[in-house]
Amino acid sequence: MSAASVEQPSPQSFDIDQFLAAEESKGLLRLTTAGSVDDGKSTLIGRLLHDAKGAYEDQLKSAVRAGQIDFSLLTDGLRAEREQGITIDVAYRYFATIKRKFILADTPGHEQYTRNMATGASTAELAIILLDAHRGLTTQSRRHAFIATLLAIPNFVIAVNKMDLVGYDQEVFNRIRAEFEPFLERIGTKNYYFLPLSALKGDNVVDRGSHMPWFDGPPLLEYLETVEPADNMIEASFRMAVQRVVRPDQNFRGYAGQIASGTIQPGDEIQALPSGRRSKVKRVVTFDGDLEMAHAPMSVTLTLADEIDISRGDMISSGTPPKSARIFDATMVWFDAHPLDPAHDYLVKHTSHTIPARVDGVRHLVNVATLESEPATSLAMNEIGVVRIATAKPLFFDPYQENRVTGSFILIDRKTNHTAGAGMILAEAEGSLEDAADRLVRLVRAAVPEGARLNLPSDDAQAMEVIRGLLKGVLK
Amino acid sequence: MSRLSHLQALEAESIHIIREVASEFQRPVMLYSIGKDSSVMVRLAQKAFHPGPIPFPLLHVDTTYKFKEMIEFRDRFTAELGVKLIVHSNTSALEAGANPFRLGTERCCGLLKTQSLLDALRAGSYDAAFGGARRDEEKSRAKERIFSFRDSLGQWDPKNQRPELWNIFNGRVEPGESIRVFPLSNWTEMDVWQYIHVENIPIVPLYFAKDRQVLVRGNSLIVPEQDFVKPQLGDKLETVRCRMRSLGCSPCTGAVRSDADTLPKIIAELVAVRNSERENRVIDHDREGSMELKKREGYF
Repeated sequence: MSAASVEQPSPQSFDIDQFLAAEESKGLLRLTTAGSVDDGKSTLIGRLLHDAKGAYEDQLKSAVRAGQIDFSLLTDGLRAEREQGITIDVAYRYFATIKRKFILADTPGHEQYTRNMATGASTAELAIILLDAHRGLTTQSRRHAFIATLLAIPNFVIAVNKMDLVGYDQEVFNRIRAEFEPFLERIGTKNYYFLPLSALKGDNVVDRGSHMPWFDGPPLLEYLETVEPADNMIEASFRMAVQRVVRPDQNFRGYAGQIASGTIQPGDEIQALPSGRRSKVKRVVTFDGDLEMAHAPMSVTLTLADEIDISRGDMISSGTPPKSARIFDATMVWFDAHPLDPAHDYLVKHTSHTIPARVDGVRHLVNVATLESEPATSLAMNEIGVVRIATAKPLFFDPYQENRVTGSFILIDRKTNHTAGAGMILAEAEGSLEDAADRLVRLVRAAVPEGARLNLPSDDAQAMEVIRGLLKGVLK
Repeated sequence: MSRLSHLQALEAESIHIIREVASEFQRPVMLYSIGKDSSVMVRLAQKAFHPGPIPFPLLHVDTTYKFKEMIEFRDRFTAELGVKLIVHSNTSALEAGANPFRLGTERCCGLLKTQSLLDALRAGSYDAAFGGARRDEEKSRAKERIFSFRDSLGQWDPKNQRPELWNIFNGRVEPGESIRVFPLSNWTEMDVWQYIHVENIPIVPLYFAKDRQVLVRGNSLIVPEQDFVKPQLGDKLETVRCRMRSLGCSPCTGAVRSDADTLPKIIAELVAVRNSERENRVIDHDREGSMELKKREGYF
């Protein structure tokens, strides 16, 4: 039994009141695993669930093959997968120790890995990148680390598995670390921990084991229990997208939402966007009574000192204001079988609002194997690229690397309603004002004959009709 | 500044999900099964809209084979909350004599649960239906989305699910299509019990141990509380201290031997007992992957 004690105290010593008191302050860590079946990922998760008592016995029974527990069968859920022997989608697993509850997004390593990894990584606070000590560092390991870094996961465990196959040789582990570290530094991976282990034999998973005395870091479970989630969202400026206006009667008008970042208390000055109107917080309302202070990621309802017009999709902010743009650049992961198409109509869903959008060009594609930028005009399924997005109304956002809630969006195909891609906002389009003025001058010059006057009707729809007519002349 | 506890974090996430649905759909409805998970889901809905009322009705798909105590609890609980309750039964199948004894559990569930649910959703033109299912319950549920798309026949295609990132949900549907929403996706059985304890949430008394007259049938304890639960050859009628770990239909849900008559004792039992809660549900064991088959057809 290691220091990472599991949620299974002996019946004699078990004190339920003590247990419940400890549970009340227990935190939550969301993590994701990346690696292929060949790297022994299912075996690792199976062992973690088994040794941490997260897998129940009747599920264990159905995972027994030839008298031995096949840990990978614990995690392969769907019929189609069992038939094919591969995992093809993100599966969520739950386990707990006395110190923490864990939500694990288990993502498959090969088939459609980009899309699945991005999904699993989007909510994760820690990524386990699994690689095979016997095979060494592969392109796939680099890809996994890159995608997890792109999704701004703050903590990494680089789990060098199958140490039993290389005789628990410290040299093998050191060589892999020396090879991988410069890559992680280059892509900007923040906090990483290299860990040699054997999921099959159990070394350094829950228990330290006796085969690697040369390694004195904590085993995996102990590390997961103690790692600081590196979450600075409470210290960041206040942001809350309004999900709903709560108005049960004439005397109450509240704005309900989940705090994306920062803290809020009665008396704080806020700004409502897009109106820009300012007011002060009157109450922070919850079912369990008013709060003196609330912080991310709590779900609350705010009332304000002034009657200002706020509706669903608006953002309430304080401190440094969020950026505002109709045209912005974002890193996109493409999901849909139908490739990204600049001529196609999309919707952007960002925080709690959904707005019509276009893709205003692909700036480049990222080759996930080489990390090189390549010219591209579209993105196919599982490709990653930087694109320029234009929305019908301005978006209020923070760059994704600063705020994963206000910096993320999904792109919905208006024809099929599919979630076509996921975007991480980089910045408002550089020089977009100049670009726009430049384009306008050229268009007007081309459309309006020399010396002619352009009379725009005051009604916008009619004005657009006139412009459209002129543009047809230019574009044909 | 302290981070949220795991229960607070789960609560905040679930409230966010429930508010998104109420704001984005025309006609949402909350499936209410009377069980402990439903009790938690209803509490979260209260929290989501406080001080306003829950802005959608609850729907109970009644097979008419539930425990009496469940129906009594349902009527009392929903009346006290002042929430609108819709009860739907597959009356034509019942009139034609559908029951688990004659049809077997698989066909009976198909008619009285799955078909009945689809009929009720169609009758109400509901475009979103909340369910209390959790991903930790059963293997095929581990991959279920929080917003789970159903085609116009109410069917689930596990190979064609919408990717789901961050806390951004795509709830766009065409007329006739719908979304099943699972706000408790990330909760475990332990979380649910702890939350019920911390929040003082009312639950059906069948969850608490007491001495009950049961039919002992192999490893199963059948509570013959309803007239239609008849002894089979080899059953022994005994008084056993027992309770329900999960609630379903009276003939198909067994009790487990237990002394846990309070919430802390139930939680202590949960820590000690390493059998998953669904083991006493006859229906999951029909055949390999049976839950996945039911879900494809529209079962929750």
